[in-house]
Amino acid sequence: MQPALRLDAISVDFGGRTVLDGIDLAVDPGQVLALLGPSGSGKSTLLRVIAGFEDRYTGTVSSAGTRIDGVPPHRRGFALLFQEGQLFPHRDVAGNIGYPMRLRRIDRARTAERIAELLELVGLAGFERRDVSTLSGGEQQRVALARALAAEPRLLLLDEPLSALDRELRERLAGDLRRILTSTGTSAVFVTHDHGEAAVLADRVAVLRAGRIGAYGPTGEVLAGLAAGPGEGRDRDGASG
Amino acid sequence: MIVPFVLPTVVVGIAFRILFRDGGPLGALGWDGTVPAILGALVFFNVAVVVRTVGGAWEGLDPRAEEAARALGASRTRAFLDVTLPRLAPSLVSAGAVVFLFCATAFGVVLVLGGPGTGTIETEIYVLTTQFLDLQGAAVLSILQLLVVVAALSIAARARAAGETAQRRVAHAARAPRRGDAPVIAATVVVAALLALPIVALVVRSLRTLDGWGLGNYLALGGDNDVMPAPVWQAVLTSLATAGQAVLIAVPLALVAALVLGRRPRTPALRRLLAVLDGALMLPLGVSAVTVGFGFLIALDRPPLDLRDSPLLVPIAHALVALPLVLRTVLPVLRGIDPRLREAAAALGAPPWRVLLGVDLAIVARPALAAAGLAGAVSLGEFGATAFLARPDGPTLPIVIVRLLGRPGGEHLGMAIAASVVLAAVTVLVMALVERLRVNSLGAF
Repeated sequence: MQPALRLDAISVDFGGRTVLDGIDLAVDPGQVLALLGPSGSGKSTLLRVIAGFEDRYTGTVSSAGTRIDGVPPHRRGFALLFQEGQLFPHRDVAGNIGYPMRLRRIDRARTAERIAELLELVGLAGFERRDVSTLSGGEQQRVALARALAAEPRLLLLDEPLSALDRELRERLAGDLRRILTSTGTSAVFVTHDHGEAAVLADRVAVLRAGRIGAYGPTGEVLAGLAAGPGEGRDRDGASG
Repeated sequence: MIVPFVLPTVVVGIAFRILFRDGGPLGALGWDGTVPAILGALVFFNVAVVVRTVGGAWEGLDPRAEEAARALGASRTRAFLDVTLPRLAPSLVSAGAVVFLFCATAFGVVLVLGGPGTGTIETEIYVLTTQFLDLQGAAVLSILQLLVVVAALSIAARARAAGETAQRRVAHAARAPRRGDAPVIAATVVVAALLALPIVALVVRSLRTLDGWGLGNYLALGGDNDVMPAPVWQAVLTSLATAGQAVLIAVPLALVAALVLGRRPRTPALRRLLAVLDGALMLPLGVSAVTVGFGFLIALDRPPLDLRDSPLLVPIAHALVALPLVLRTVLPVLRGIDPRLREAAAALGAPPWRVLLGVDLAIVARPALAAAGLAGAVSLGEFGATAFLARPDGPTLPIVIVRLLGRPGGEHLGMAIAASVVLAAVTVLVMALVERLRVNSLGAF
């Protein structure tokens, strides 16, 4: 089976400053890959390259065996989840989750049904008519997740999805997120600076350092290697970014 | 407190004239037709601008900085002087520059209130054009005015940039008033009373006719008169139609401009171009409406653009005057949209035009509606440009009011005052509708 995402020799150079330098990665269908690294390591830029928002790169991005370089973001069939959800402030919960289905002209009855399912899935059953500004940070992230899943993405991109939340909530939501990704069979790439999140969520981990991949492999191995290596522990509490 | 700012200049001029004329409530001061009367009216106009601009910035200040100073041993006054005031400085400078602009272009007030020896550049342009037909002299004065205004605008822009970079706005709960706030609250009440005085005087005076109290002045608006062929109430309809057309021109134009100006291009050259465009679109705010009217008069009188006889000439001029206000209302909202919100929509499958429609325009819809109301209010009260451009047979209400003022006789004055009350009422009504949208529309110059 073709990988859901494949990166070959991705390099990014912003006016003489090398941000990414020859990145090769692949995500198999249904798999979750964590991009782990401190702020400034280039992991968010890499996510923007994958999503199609950054076109100043060399190398190739492909999905399901097709090159998607130059394909605009809205035609890639991906979905993106940010640190602060980025819910539409002028729509209620159902309006947010239903947005990708409206884009696809799915009929109302089916949309309403799907919204209810997704809310159930993220643990917010019955929240349809709530104003998004009345939701807590954790609830907003759950709604943003439901909205992203509503697009039935070939690949879900998550940019530090839990960093804005407090510790206890972060741990609970990380567990829920893993369960939801597994049960929906969603392929995902998520960016984080937190080893704990990577341990809970990811099948594989790629460690980014100064634009290069330092370590890449199954989550357990990579994290064990990091813990054993000298001077690597500081990444554990790395600043958010 | 916002009411004075949107009142038509002509109305404010008449209200202050009533206050200071012989036998008026403040007639004993002997200020009729003098500089102090004009200054009073200009202060009346601009208190709201300062309150909005500085108050908005103050509300956004993090109170913990002042608390930290108090905890380090600063007295309350000391903490205010050392911590809060410096942080307010950019907004104070910005408000000052804007007030300077409004005063430099307060044509209606000066024309109605001023006596001999109180002329400004603008009244001079008006007199040179309409009475002496000295277009060269008027053109020179217009350019002089333009230079002064550009200087003031660039000071305001610099202060605004400093305010945006230096400060992080925070939201915090309003605190209950304390006993120590009594002097501040008392001062606020006094200012509010002073602001109400001219309006009250205007309304009371409108009810006094030549033969006692009554609605005679208002009834006279429906009858024949010697300043226009139709009854005066026709001018109300003309004003409303003009305002509607001006809104329909100004708001779409401002939205398009805001969508362009809201972008953050990657190349420095494009960024500079946008900055220039931004400044150019701000110009009509400061360029005197008199200059706009004069410019229209001499520029649009021959083909290919001969609009002298077009019924759209006045609405276009009004739209130009209102454009910067609309732009300043919608642009901050558009710039405040997190670019990641658009990216989230695009990643979910929205093509660019749907992102524009579903994110940008949807979010800016309410502020744009509020701005439309504001533009309407501006158009209703616009006098400077209209004075040059209005057709003799279809004048707007402010023009009629000034014409009535120019005629001798108590019944003409009474009609002018009644018409002013009507104009003020219509304007305030429009603004009340705007306020109901609860958009902080006037804070972002």
